[in-house]
Amino acid sequence: MQFGIFTVGDVTPDPTTGRTPSEHERIKATVEIAKKAEEVGLDVVAVGEHHNPPFIASAPTTTLAYIGAQTSRVILSTSTTLITTTDPVLIAENYAKLQHLTDGRVDLMMGRGNTGPVYPWFGKDIREGINLAIENYHLLHRLWREDVVDWEGKFRTPLQGFTSTPRPLDGVPPFVWHGSIRSPEIAEQAAYYGDGFFANHIFWPASHTKRMVDLYRRRFEHYGHGTADQAIVGLGGQAYMAKNSQDAVNEFRPYFDNAPVYGHGPSLEDFTRETPLTVGSPQQVIERTLGFREYAGDYQRQLFLMDHAGLPLKTVLEQLDLLGEEVVPVLRKEFAALKPAHVPDAPTHASLVEAARRAAVESTGSSSVEPDETTSDAPVYEEGRLEADEEITA
Amino acid sequence: MTNVVVISAGISVPSSTRILAESLGKAARDHLGDPATYDVIELRDLAHLLTDNVLTGFPTGALADAVRRVAEADAIIAVSPVYTGSYSGLFKMFFDVLEDGTLEGKPVLIAATAGTARHSLVLEFAMRPLFAYLRAEVVPTAVFAASEDFGAGSVRGGSLSARIDRATGELADKVLRRGTTLPADPFDDPTPFEDLLGDIR
Repeated sequence: MQFGIFTVGDVTPDPTTGRTPSEHERIKATVEIAKKAEEVGLDVVAVGEHHNPPFIASAPTTTLAYIGAQTSRVILSTSTTLITTTDPVLIAENYAKLQHLTDGRVDLMMGRGNTGPVYPWFGKDIREGINLAIENYHLLHRLWREDVVDWEGKFRTPLQGFTSTPRPLDGVPPFVWHGSIRSPEIAEQAAYYGDGFFANHIFWPASHTKRMVDLYRRRFEHYGHGTADQAIVGLGGQAYMAKNSQDAVNEFRPYFDNAPVYGHGPSLEDFTRETPLTVGSPQQVIERTLGFREYAGDYQRQLFLMDHAGLPLKTVLEQLDLLGEEVVPVLRKEFAALKPAHVPDAPTHASLVEAARRAAVESTGSSSVEPDETTSDAPVYEEGRLEADEEITA
Repeated sequence: MTNVVVISAGISVPSSTRILAESLGKAARDHLGDPATYDVIELRDLAHLLTDNVLTGFPTGALADAVRRVAEADAIIAVSPVYTGSYSGLFKMFFDVLEDGTLEGKPVLIAATAGTARHSLVLEFAMRPLFAYLRAEVVPTAVFAASEDFGAGSVRGGSLSARIDRATGELADKVLRRGTTLPADPFDDPTPFEDLLGDIR
């Protein structure tokens, strides 16, 4: 199981001091947070994409490449990549480039974006959101898998004899998750391709997440990618911790009460009851997170939102210490003990390279085929680190 | 079993809106015959939850239950007091948080209360367009009750009770002709991906 953090990159005033960080501070803080995530043993750092204030989340591959240069192990991902308004050709190029630069430490989560004006700013129509997500991803999927693409669709200039460069590292495209809060079409899309499905989870009740995940699992099996319980599921989570749970509540309440998404609405107590938000001791976060499995099944990726609503950098880094040192090691061990052997881990570049090699062997009907030149260059970037149970139990 | 859900946005206790809501519910039940039931949702009790829903995007607790009951109802009776020349803000909030399509094709009776009869066209100029937007099947007779109507009895022509009887009769006719139909659940029966892709091609 993979553990990590995801951020939307909001620039929000700290409600306890009234101070708003500058864009520069927030951009640099994103890098510090990512480095800290690797330092405390997390597996994934995902950054958002927005094209409007109060966010600093434009140009995600610039951010990820910079983080990639200063880290060595953590997987760089997105939360989310706007598949609706971003040209799929640019997504294909940018993330393949990022794969090469970071030796394969890349995957993506596709999302539609919910800011109305962003669509017309990029020449699109929000009413076509689902159709854009479907057509654009269909093209992206081909651009990464076919060296020469002829394409004609509804939303983009046709392509004749187009080759997206660089080609994906080792001929293996980045793994893709499809993120959605509430659209069954996106769960269907993820299932069709055998891609991962990421339920945002944190803004809606568990009963809703269960319906989305159930649909995805059922359709994953329908499309022949494996049994329903082998589908690749990711979940969001949200936590604020202190050794003493009442301290956590007192410290986090002003941030909660003024948060951009739910502030001035439900009480902290109501929202923690209705959604995965957990404010309390590390032990409470462990118990709550283990509970996700009861309705989502054995899943592969757990990302936490830790750095929003104006929390200062120092606090976020302290929270990551608690997450990495006290919460995640226990979760790794507990989830691993519960997971049946036939449930796969989340794909990584190394595992996808290996799967491609096996598929090539099978298709030639020979077991004597050696890995070709490209696959033998596959980076061995500590795949085992993601299945670190041995380390922890040792 | 036919079930009518009555939505009352009255605020005071007791409220004339609630009295009208109960009268309409009982009359609708009588027109539908056995086995028909009605129950009343008081929006006052859901006021905080409605604000939370507007901010967070999802209903919780008693509001989630009310939203589900409305979705499953065979017919809706919607009753609001007139505030500042229209239905009340609380009344509108409830319909704002329903999922798209919840009221599509659903038989609806609209009703309102106010201090004087001068507000009676609120039903035709404000409330009926709201339900037209929601693609509900609104019955032709809308029921308006001013304070004076509650003391007018049934002796005068066009009395409140006669209007209640006519409107609920129209509602029952629509329900009986339509039968019970629930909207398809996109989670139970998703659109296959080939169809989603085919829609674009």
